[in-house]
Formats: sequence, C-alpha cells, structure tokens
Amino acid sequence: MESLSKRAKVLEKKPMTFAERAYLPAIFQGLTITMRHFFRAATKKQVTVRYPDETRPFSPVFRGLHVLKRDEAGRERCTACGLCAVACPAEAITMVAGERKKGEENLYREEKYAVSYEINMLRCIFCGLCEEACPKAAVYLQADKMAPPRFERDEFIYGKDRLVEPVTPDNRSKRGIQLTPEQADKLRSQLA
Amino acid sequence: MTLPALGWQGLVVLVVFGVSLLIATYSTYAERVIAAFLQDRVGPDRAGPFGLLQPLADAVKLFTKEEFFPAGANRALFVFGPCLAMTTALMSSAVIPFGNVLQFGETSIHLQGIEINVGMLYVFGMVSLGVYGIMIGGWASNNKFSLLGAIRAASQNISYEIAMGLALIAVLMMSGTLSLREITLQQSVAGEWHFWNIAKQPLGFIIFIVCAFAETNRTPFDLPECETELIGGYHTEYSSMKMGLYLFAEYINVFVASAVMSVLYFGGFNFPFQYELRDWLVSSQHLELVTASNIITILGLVGLFAKIFGFIFFFMWVRWTLPRFRYDQLMRLGWTILIPLAIFNILLTGGLITFGVIN
Repeated sequence: MESLSKRAKVLEKKPMTFAERAYLPAIFQGLTITMRHFFRAATKKQVTVRYPDETRPFSPVFRGLHVLKRDEAGRERCTACGLCAVACPAEAITMVAGERKKGEENLYREEKYAVSYEINMLRCIFCGLCEEACPKAAVYLQADKMAPPRFERDEFIYGKDRLVEPVTPDNRSKRGIQLTPEQADKLRSQLA
Repeated sequence: MTLPALGWQGLVVLVVFGVSLLIATYSTYAERVIAAFLQDRVGPDRAGPFGLLQPLADAVKLFTKEEFFPAGANRALFVFGPCLAMTTALMSSAVIPFGNVLQFGETSIHLQGIEINVGMLYVFGMVSLGVYGIMIGGWASNNKFSLLGAIRAASQNISYEIAMGLALIAVLMMSGTLSLREITLQQSVAGEWHFWNIAKQPLGFIIFIVCAFAETNRTPFDLPECETELIGGYHTEYSSMKMGLYLFAEYINVFVASAVMSVLYFGGFNFPFQYELRDWLVSSQHLELVTASNIITILGLVGLFAKIFGFIFFFMWVRWTLPRFRYDQLMRLGWTILIPLAIFNILLTGGLITFGVIN
C-alpha cells in the first residue's frame, strides 16, 4: 500500500547488539537529552505559562461568561421576551417577566422587564445562540471572562445579581468586554 | 579556646548531624527544582525567594496532617518503622571523613564524626539495617500492597548489597584498610593528584553506583514504591510526619551514598594540586605551615561537598531520566550481570596487583 504521508517507517526486529544490551550507552543518551532540557530552562523561552501571574491570551472569538447589558442611560435592555431561552439548545435560561411600574423608567428600557433572569452555568454550553437570538442586544457572552469554578452546585445558577452589568458606563463596551478606566479613556478619545 | 579534644569531637558529631539534616531538607527542594528544569517547567517558587522556604512549608504541612493508624495495624511497630529508617540513615553519616585535620595550637580536630578503623563495615551495617525500617513499616501496615512493596525492597536491597560489597572488595584489596579516613589519605599521594580510585577502579565504580541507586531505593530501582502496581508501596498507609520521615530518610541515604562514593572513588577531601598549593602558600605568601595546612583542609572540605552535591545532582538527574525497572529485570541485572562483573573486577584487580600495575 502506498504511504500517503511518506513518514511511515518499517520496523525491523533485529537481535540487540552488545551496546544495546549493555544498557549504559542508551542511559547516557537519555541523560544528555534531559541535560539539554535542563540548560534550555535557563537559555530558551519557557514552555509553561506561570498561570496565576500571567494568563494565555483568549482567542478573539472566545465566548465566556454571560453579561446582561444596559443601554447608554444605564437602563436594563432586557425585555424578558424569552427568545434567548427558546434559542438555548441546553435549556439553561429561565426568566420571569414583569411590568414596569411608574417611576422605574430610569431602571428598565421597555415596559416589560425581567424580574428574575437565571442561567444555569452547569447546563450552558456557551454556544452564543442566546446572543444571536436577542432582539434588544441585551445578552452577551464576554470575550475575556470564564465562568469561575465553585464548590456547590447551586452556586452555578447565575441570577440577575451576577449577570447584569455594573452601572458605571466607563466599564462597558460593545462585545461585553469589561474595560479598565485607562482603556475606557482611550476608547472615548478615539470616538471623539 | 580550651575545649578538650573530646569536646571538639562532640561538636563535630553535632555539626555532621545537623549538616546531614540540612542537606536532606534542601534535597527535597533541589529535587523539585531539578525535576522542573529537566521537564521544562518552573518548579516551586511561591514560598520565599525562589521558593527557598518550600521545605519549611512542606514540614508544616506534614506536621499538621492527620495521624492515621489503619485498623488492625500493629501500632508500636507502625511507629517504630519510620523511626528506624531515619535513625539508621542518620547514623551512617558518622564515620565519613568530611575533612582532614584542623590544627589549633595543641588541639587537632578531625573533621569526622568518629574515626574507627572499620568505617566501611559500619556504613554497610547501617545501610543494611535500613531495610528493616521499610520492612517493619510494610508489615505493620496490615496491607497487602505495603507488604509487597516492603518485600520487594528487602529482596532488592539484599541482592544489590552483594554486588556492592564485591565491588568494594576490589577497593579494599588496593587500600588494605577499612578505615574511610585511611582510604582517603591513600588517594592523596603528593604530586600524584590524579591517582584517585576512580582511575584504578572504573568498572568497580560503575557497579558501585548502580548498587547505590538500588540501596537508596532511587529510580530506576524504586520498586518499593510504585503507584501503578502497589498503590504507593511500603508507605501506602502512612500519613503526616511518619510518611515524611520515610521520604526524609531516603534523602539522607542519598547524601550518605554520595559521600561514600566521593570518599571511596573520588578522593574524598583531596583536590588536585593541594600540596603544590600548600607549598606555594608557605613559600610565596609566608604563611606558617600549620595555617597553610588548615587552609588546605577547609578547601578540601569545600571540595568534598562539591563532589557530594555533584553526586546528589546525578541521583536526581537519573531519577528524571530513566523509567523504573520491572521486577524480573531488576533481579536479572543484579544477580546475572552485576555480581559476575564484580567478581571479574576482583580477579582483574588481584591480577593487576600481582603484576604490579597498580598498588
């Protein structure tokens, strides 16, 4: 059969030579290999990432932890239409809709809003279909944040307290990336 | 400075004891760092600068862990096992000559715990007692896997001790003494610095170092502890500091084995051109002969520790290079290769001595 990759090697089972049977040459060969790696640690770039101190950069298309966005005026965008819950293949999203009362216009954008909005992070597969389904551009999967590990199962059900974006407008951007104050300043100067 | 010689000797014993413990402590750290470097990792660097306080952190962790006694275990023996392993490991460092003589006026201090003329036998006795620590621990655990590990340790140590002793006999044939200090001094013939025993006994040294790996239960001969076959080996049931003592005893054994190899084959506290250096100090620097000798002694001490650290590094280097032997391979290597080789080495040495090639 023709080899497609041309990398296949034919193994021959010959009786071992004296040098091979004596172990020691092979042992010295192994020792030189490990010694090369020992000095490589000092000279070349290290292979491992020193994780808590430095993190690997995320892929630009990474989809991480959800966030419920606010609009320019700081009002919640979500109208509890339920399209995200319908779109969710893992059925991880549940919500209860409520009607906006008088005097709450600065809190919610439309007349209907989500009284409770819960995502079960144990079920969520981070496919991003909720983000695509949302007509109000309210739910986003952040590009730089992962759902952190927790000890108890009920802690993985994220309510509005953990999903809704914080109010400070400086910390917001379109893809749901939490900006540092310096980054927000830079962005503002670019827009102006 | 009017301590009697006996007091000085007691001090030396204490220092040797402390140094063994210190080196064993930092061997655990060095092992992790070397392992990390050999595997392109970073290694411990959290506790203190460069992770230098890691051994302390490990000790605190081991001391605060739960003391666990398995049901049906013999409690007395269960405690006695690690104690014995630790005691024998520490005792064998007593006869190693770490340096020549320091001369202060009337008192001369031998940098050696105890000078006995059967030093080598003493080391062998202590090392072979060490297997009782493992054996008792494995037996008292009341666990089949621990017992299997302990039995493997015992059979391995007994098999390799024979080859080790036979390799050593060739050295003793040349030196004619069992005193480690005498053997060291014989390797320091003035002007013939290269006449260390390694030059006369290369084959014996290879046999000896292989057996030293087996005696200290280090990879590739660490069959007593094998997670894939024995869950953990002889210390499966051990927890907290009793477990720590077993691991610690291993590092002390590595230190002692390194020291013995340095003394027997690599000239001990001798270093190249030491007499030339002493004469130079006396003639050109106008130092007294006693002061110059003391300087040489201290340099020799440093040199011996450099050799010991070299061997400890080699132990760790090999550990992170070679995989573990299979039990039947281990036994075949010991009985059908190393012991005949050692006997051949004895015959060769005897022949060379008879024909006057070496002395």
